[in-house]
Amino acid sequence: MTIEAIQEELIDEFSMFENWMQRYEYMIELGKSLPLIEEKLKTDDKLIKGCQSKVWLNSEMKDGKIIFTADSDAIITKGIIAVLVRVFSDQKPQAILDANTDFIDEIGLKEHLSPTRANGLVSMIKQMKMYALAYQTQLKN
Amino acid sequence: MPFDIQKIRNDFPILSRKVNGCPLVYLDNAATSQKPQQVIDCIVDYYSNYNANIHRGVHTLSQEATNAYEAARKKIQKHFNAKEAFEIIFTAGTTHGINLVANGFSEILKKGDEIIVSAMEHHSNIVPWQMLCEKTGAILKVIPMNEEGVLVFSEYEKLLSQKTKLVFVNHISNALGTINPIEKIIEKAHEVGAAVLIDGAQSCSHIKPDLQKLDVDFYVTSAHKMCGPTGVGILYIKEEWGNKLPPYQGGGEMIAEVTFEKTTYAGLPHKFEAGTPNICGGIAFGAAIDYLNSIGFEDIEEHENELLKYATEKLLEIEGLKIYGTGPNKTSVVSFNIEGIHPYDIGTIVDKLGIAVRTGHHCAQPIMDFYKIPGTVRASFAFYNTLEEVDALVNAVKKAKMMLE
Ligand SMILES: Cc1ncc(COP(=O)(O)O)c(C=O)c1O
Repeated sequence: MTIEAIQEELIDEFSMFENWMQRYEYMIELGKSLPLIEEKLKTDDKLIKGCQSKVWLNSEMKDGKIIFTADSDAIITKGIIAVLVRVFSDQKPQAILDANTDFIDEIGLKEHLSPTRANGLVSMIKQMKMYALAYQTQLKN
Repeated sequence: MPFDIQKIRNDFPILSRKVNGCPLVYLDNAATSQKPQQVIDCIVDYYSNYNANIHRGVHTLSQEATNAYEAARKKIQKHFNAKEAFEIIFTAGTTHGINLVANGFSEILKKGDEIIVSAMEHHSNIVPWQMLCEKTGAILKVIPMNEEGVLVFSEYEKLLSQKTKLVFVNHISNALGTINPIEKIIEKAHEVGAAVLIDGAQSCSHIKPDLQKLDVDFYVTSAHKMCGPTGVGILYIKEEWGNKLPPYQGGGEMIAEVTFEKTTYAGLPHKFEAGTPNICGGIAFGAAIDYLNSIGFEDIEEHENELLKYATEKLLEIEGLKIYGTGPNKTSVVSFNIEGIHPYDIGTIVDKLGIAVRTGHHCAQPIMDFYKIPGTVRASFAFYNTLEEVDALVNAVKKAKMMLE
C-alpha cells in the first residue's frame, strides 16, 4: 500500500471514535502490534532524543524498502510510534521523504505535534526521514 | 480573618478557565504558581502609569519607579527579616542567584577545597557548582539520602572538615517535597567555618524563612513560585559576603566611577545588579509578598497540610501506587508512580481530564537514579487548591490506570 493509502485507512479507523478516550485506547491497542526492535539493538544510539519516555527506533533496507522496528517504555508513546511505523515502514526512501504528515492532525493527535510536548512525535518523524535520506543517498552513490 | 477558599480562588482569574473541556485543576505549583489579580494589576499599573528607567533620571517618572522598586526591596527585606535592605540583591531568579555566588567563589576556592551538595537537588543547584569545581579544582561531596527521601544527617557531619568551604542545599526538594533541616545544616557548617547557600525556590511559597535567625550566608528564591512574575528573584547575601565576593557581571548600575584606566564598583546591592533590572518584576514581587501575607502563612500552611494529608491518603488507596518522599517533614508535593505504568502515560491521560501535573525527572535526575525510575508524576498543591481538586486528581489517576493497564 502507498503511504497515502495507509494514512487514509488510519483516518478512517480513527474517525469511528467519538472522544479522545476511545482514540487513546485504540492507539494503545495499536501499540501492541508494533513490530518490536530486537532487544540487543536497544542501545543508546537507537534512542530518539527529545522524548520523556524512551523510544528506540531501528531501520533496515530490504529489497529497496525501509523496514522500521521500534519500542518504547511508555505505552501511549508506543502507540504513537506504532502509527508511524505502520505508515512509513516497508516503503521506498523517496516515498518517505516526500510524505506529508497532516494525517496526524486528522486522527486527533495534533497536540502531540507541539514541539514542547516531550513525547517527541516530531523527533520520531524527523528520525525516520533522516534514515530515509541516508538510504536514499546510499542508493544514489 | 477565616480562610475563605472561594474568595481566594476568585483572586486568580486563570483558575476559572477550562482545559480540554474540563475545569482546570492546576496541580503544578512547584513548577510555577498562578498569579492573583492584585499582582496582575500591579504589573498593568506600572506599565500604564510610571514606567521609567530607575536610579538615573531626575524626572518624576524615574523617581516614582525608583521609589517603588526600592520600596519592594525593603518589603522583601522585612518579609525575610534580613538585617539590611542592601543585602537583598534582585536577580532573574534562583538559577541566576546560584550562578552569581558560584562565580564569586571561583576567585576564593583553591584546589583541594571541598564543597558539599545534597543528593536531592535541582539541576540548578548542581551544575553551577560542577562548573566551579572544574574551574578551581575544588571537590564536590554529596550528602546521601535514604529511601524515604530524607538526608542522612550523620553522613553530612562526616563530610564536614576544615577543608569544607561551602555547603549548598535546598530548603525543600522540588521532586519529593522533603523539608530539609537547614537550621542544623547551617549550624554544623559554620562550626567548621564553611559558608552556606540555601536554595529556597520551593520553600518561600509555603513558609516564611527568618534569615537572621537562620544565620544563613546566602539564600536564593524566585518570585514566580510565590505568585509573582517570572524573570525576577532575589539573592540574600550576608553583608560580609557581599563585600567579599567580586561582581558577577559588568555594566551600568554596578559602578561607582568608570575611566579607561580603572573602574571602581558600586557598593551593595548595586555591585551585583548590572544593567537595567526587571523593574516591573521587582515591584510586582513586592505585591506578591503583600498578597501572600494578606492570606497569612499560618493559614497557608494549615490548608496545604490538609491537602497533602488528604491527597496522600486517597492516592495510596490506589493499588500499586508508590509515593516517593515519605519523610515526616514535607510540603504539599506528592511524587508518585503506579507499578508497571510509565509516569508520562499517566500525565498524558490526566491532562486530557483538565488536570495539570508534572511528569518526568523534575530537573533532579540524581533522585530518579537513586530510585532507579525514569521519573514520577508530581502533583504539587498551593493554598488555592481544594479538596475537590484532590478528588478530581485521584479519579483521573484511577481512570488513567484503567486505560493503561
Ligand atoms: C529546588 C529548585 N531550585 C531551583 C529552581 C530553579 O528556579 P528558576 O528556574 O526559577 O531559576 C527550581 C525550579 O524549579 C527548584 O524547584
